[in-house]
Amino acid sequence: MVRVLFIPNERGARPGTFDGMSLANGGPAILVEGLTKSFGQVHALRGIDLAVPGGTVLGLLGPNGAGKTTAVRILTTLLLPDGGRAVVEGYDVVRDAAAVRRSIGLAGQSAAIQEELTGRENLELVGRLYHLSWPVARSRAVELLEQFGLADAANRAAKTYSGGMQRRLDLAASLVGQPRVLFLDEPTTGLDPRSRLGMWDIIRSLVADGTTILLTTQYLDEADELADQIVVVDRGLVIAAGTAEELKSQAGGDVVEFTVPDRGRIADAVAAIATTLGGAPHADYETGLISVGVGGRGSDALVDAVRSLDGAGVATRGLALRRPSLDDVFLTLTGHAAEEEDQSGGRRRGRRRPGRADRAEATRAAS
Amino acid sequence: MTAAMGTADTPSLRVRLGWVVTDTLTITRRNLIVWMRVPAYLVFTLVQPIIFVVLFRYVFGGAIPVHVAGGYVDYLMPGIIGQTVAFGSFATAIALAQELKKGVIDRLRSMPMARSAVLAGRLVADTGRMFITVLVIIGVGYAVGFRFSNGVLPAVAMVVLATVFGLAICCISAFTGLAIGDEESVQAFGLIWVFPLTFISSAFVPIATMPGWLQAFAKNQPVTNVIDTMRAMAIGGPIETNLLKSIAWLAVIFAVFVPLAIRAYRRAS
Repeated sequence: MVRVLFIPNERGARPGTFDGMSLANGGPAILVEGLTKSFGQVHALRGIDLAVPGGTVLGLLGPNGAGKTTAVRILTTLLLPDGGRAVVEGYDVVRDAAAVRRSIGLAGQSAAIQEELTGRENLELVGRLYHLSWPVARSRAVELLEQFGLADAANRAAKTYSGGMQRRLDLAASLVGQPRVLFLDEPTTGLDPRSRLGMWDIIRSLVADGTTILLTTQYLDEADELADQIVVVDRGLVIAAGTAEELKSQAGGDVVEFTVPDRGRIADAVAAIATTLGGAPHADYETGLISVGVGGRGSDALVDAVRSLDGAGVATRGLALRRPSLDDVFLTLTGHAAEEEDQSGGRRRGRRRPGRADRAEATRAAS
Repeated sequence: MTAAMGTADTPSLRVRLGWVVTDTLTITRRNLIVWMRVPAYLVFTLVQPIIFVVLFRYVFGGAIPVHVAGGYVDYLMPGIIGQTVAFGSFATAIALAQELKKGVIDRLRSMPMARSAVLAGRLVADTGRMFITVLVIIGVGYAVGFRFSNGVLPAVAMVVLATVFGLAICCISAFTGLAIGDEESVQAFGLIWVFPLTFISSAFVPIATMPGWLQAFAKNQPVTNVIDTMRAMAIGGPIETNLLKSIAWLAVIFAVFVPLAIRAYRRAS
């Protein structure tokens, strides 16, 4: 169906200013300075700074409870900061909250849709609440359902949708108002791998259309895949920022990695590797995976590792040299792996796919 | 109207007031559609009161002596109506708790819509829901022998009072739903306060049959005042004193719980 839509907020025609500088001249779409927020004794944000140029993707990376969701909630005017300031598209999130709301879209950690309504009704409802006329709301809904591969399911109740479809509908709802800045809070948490790849494609196409995106994630590969710039947060502080490549080079070059199938020999393997290669090998005693940074020594280190493990009589599997991943970066920066126990909660967090209840709880804990 | 969206200028007061009305109506419409599509809600509102009418009319009724011209059924029906609208407010609390948990309220609060519309639309829809429920119960009552015997105008006044009472209880429920934010807890907590409030009242039995210490509570609590007024409107009796007490109670409930619900909505997270 081809139809010319009345587009209420035409891209690029935004008169917002940032410190007297026109946004059209390249001021950041999102600017955060010294943002703090506490909930009683819990210091969710302890002064973070961010700058996201228009049309780029910022990946806010960190474990659960790092303050990612709190930051997003402040930037989307859902929460007032204690200190610092945040500016979106030139509008202060506290003083010009209404103008910020006209510029942004938000897709949170769970599908914020009305399950009893059909996909089309959900989007029409959002369109009406953006004060679009019925015909415009209707055609916008149809357009988005097609764009997100939901046209066939348009007239079915959203509760019959799969998890991936519900999240796509949720993302579509966040785009009804044609936001210039989109906030995606863990957009793929809880999705199966295929839906996750589908979501990545959608996010890439939004960026190609010029949307600025702030994306939070606990998945290092997701940030690696989508983000132009990555900011790593841990316990309310920014602990690193840069491109994926820059962060990886900070992690100190190549990594030798292998698995020890016999759990009883893990300690021996760690000792042998530490003696031969130096450094501090990281061992996961649950999976038997051991990794150690070897800097620029590359294949020499690999040969040394084989010799020393052989000498110690430890059987290994999958011994290999690889480029550092963002996991290694995270480990280097925080001293704990992204998927390790969080000190505050003691619960296992991180890469595991949390269930609905966990997510709701995590939301409450973070907010 | 839509043209205001893309500009930095704050829309005029008139435009914004217009949005309050249209957004409230949009939310109202959504809530009524959802209500009609969830079988559990319909059962809650329609089947449950029918069971209560049959239970009290035919099972307990014979054992409850009342001094009312039309017999127990005429005494009972205003009580059932009061009890049903109070229980009907559960749906308000549950729906808001669900929306909170699923992030629907976050989504709505991050949009340039009128912020008051979510609560206002909820309460407008609930008022409509209460009104329909009251009419259904009256229909059921007529089927089992209940009759209005005090004229048309007092009967209409009774329906209005029942609806406003239901709305007041919905405000309490809206607050609990938003403040607690968890469906199961909201439901459990609702039972804790709605059950005693409706049963320790004049809804089903004359208060004089209760022990003295319980009478003190039963006589002076809002449900009794409202149901006594409704009963007088339906089948005759002194109205003024009870009506004034009812209005005073309802005013207090609105004055306390509307601001509390709004505050809970603003803080919702």
